[in-house]
Amino acid sequence: MSADLGLCQGHQMCQGEAPDVFGFDDATDRVVVLDEHPDESRRRDVKAAVQYCPAMALALEEE
Amino acid sequence: MTEQIREVSYAGPDEDPAHDWGHLAEMRVDPIGLFQRVYDECGDIGRFRLAGKDVVLVYGADAQEQFFRAPESTLDQAAAYPFMTPIFGKGVVFDASPEERQQMLKNQALRGDLMRGHASTIEAEIRRMVADWGDEGEIDLLDWFAELTIYTTSACLIGKPFREELDSSFARHYHELERGTDAIAYVDPYADIESFRIRDAAREKLVGLVQGIIERRQQRGPVAREDRDLLDVLISIDMTADYITGIFISMMFAGHHTSSGTASWALIELMRNPDVMKDVVAELDDLYADGSEVSFQALRSIPRLEAALKETLRLHPPLIILMRVVQEEIELAGHRVQPGTVVAASPRVSNRIAEDFPEPDLFDPGRYLDPRQEDLQNRWTWIPFGAGKHRCVGNAFAMMQMKAIFSVILRDYEFEMAQPPETYRDDVSKMVIQLAQPCRVRYRRRQT
Repeated sequence: MSADLGLCQGHQMCQGEAPDVFGFDDATDRVVVLDEHPDESRRRDVKAAVQYCPAMALALEEE
Repeated sequence: MTEQIREVSYAGPDEDPAHDWGHLAEMRVDPIGLFQRVYDECGDIGRFRLAGKDVVLVYGADAQEQFFRAPESTLDQAAAYPFMTPIFGKGVVFDASPEERQQMLKNQALRGDLMRGHASTIEAEIRRMVADWGDEGEIDLLDWFAELTIYTTSACLIGKPFREELDSSFARHYHELERGTDAIAYVDPYADIESFRIRDAAREKLVGLVQGIIERRQQRGPVAREDRDLLDVLISIDMTADYITGIFISMMFAGHHTSSGTASWALIELMRNPDVMKDVVAELDDLYADGSEVSFQALRSIPRLEAALKETLRLHPPLIILMRVVQEEIELAGHRVQPGTVVAASPRVSNRIAEDFPEPDLFDPGRYLDPRQEDLQNRWTWIPFGAGKHRCVGNAFAMMQMKAIFSVILRDYEFEMAQPPETYRDDVSKMVIQLAQPCRVRYRRRQT
């Protein structure tokens, strides 16, 4: 799981989808990836976060 | 040096070389043809001439990524749109800096947690607009959606009390402003041409309407804090009606013609593609079968409708060109581009590059389903909302609004074209493109 901080606009939508995977840094107004290797059981929510990120700042790479 | 970047040919005889207006005449008649020819002839970087200036157009994922990633200090957005200054009024900013946009997100109308309220506001506005529809009838898509989106953007971004003061005359004058975006503005934004005279008269009328609202508020006196809207705040700091109107025009601009045009084109594409329409209507019937609220569902996943909306946006992006002015030298597609040059990307052409979007002219919502996901796969070339730092900050709001609109109208009504399918087209003679009229559609209440 990776986030492009150059693209993040701080919408915080990803936190709504998967609060255990995505956090937020108030000082920089940017996403913080809390879990770079989310468990398989979190796939659905993590994919939704990637898909609905308004800044297209998130990417999911398969291992 | 821009001289080394290939210049596109001229479609007709090189018009009026005395003025060095270059491709301006073509830009006012067939801008899409011009931008497409730059790609066909020049590839990932080419240029055309606009009123004595070079406009460098970049194409393809690599060059567009360089373009969209460049910081504001390198590529400035505000200076690239001289046709907006007379619309907003002098001294009203064109667009917020990325930092200010961030603040807007945090503090104001586009914040994620306010979306649910916006969704129910939008639903209520749609229901008001269809209240006098009866069982069947006909609407003009441009008039109807332009009026609806005046109410939704004003209610959500400025406040409900302000929206309650508006009627269709505000929408009409606002539309006249949008029509005042002739590319002649690149020569002179105040040129003595009809559309600019109408533009300036329309702005005066809008200022007059806002002045009237301000006076009524002043007579009414202060109200409780929770009943105040942005207008009350601006009045309290002694802003003039002219300046307040400029702020409101600029706040509504990005969300108005864009949403109005997208809603219109989505309905047209659904009517042109009955199989997709059938799927979307079935999806909505299914989704709302349990009696759930539009304000709830519009914020959640509605995959088939979303795919149809994305495909509409790909084929009919509301903005066909995105421009910046170079502030400090930048390298694009292997060329160094100097300060003062205008550089641009074209969503309309980029969204139909065949390498990224097979059968590019085909309306195919299946592109967005797993595993194709052609929007995410091509995040630098699928650009109806732009990309990078300046990617439309209202895109989540816009998608929610579209989902709310179609959740209401497709469950209650059936639609059919009132004119041949190919006669729905854009009027591209202004920088703000709009549906060409007539664009009529028949509706009939669904039998359940």
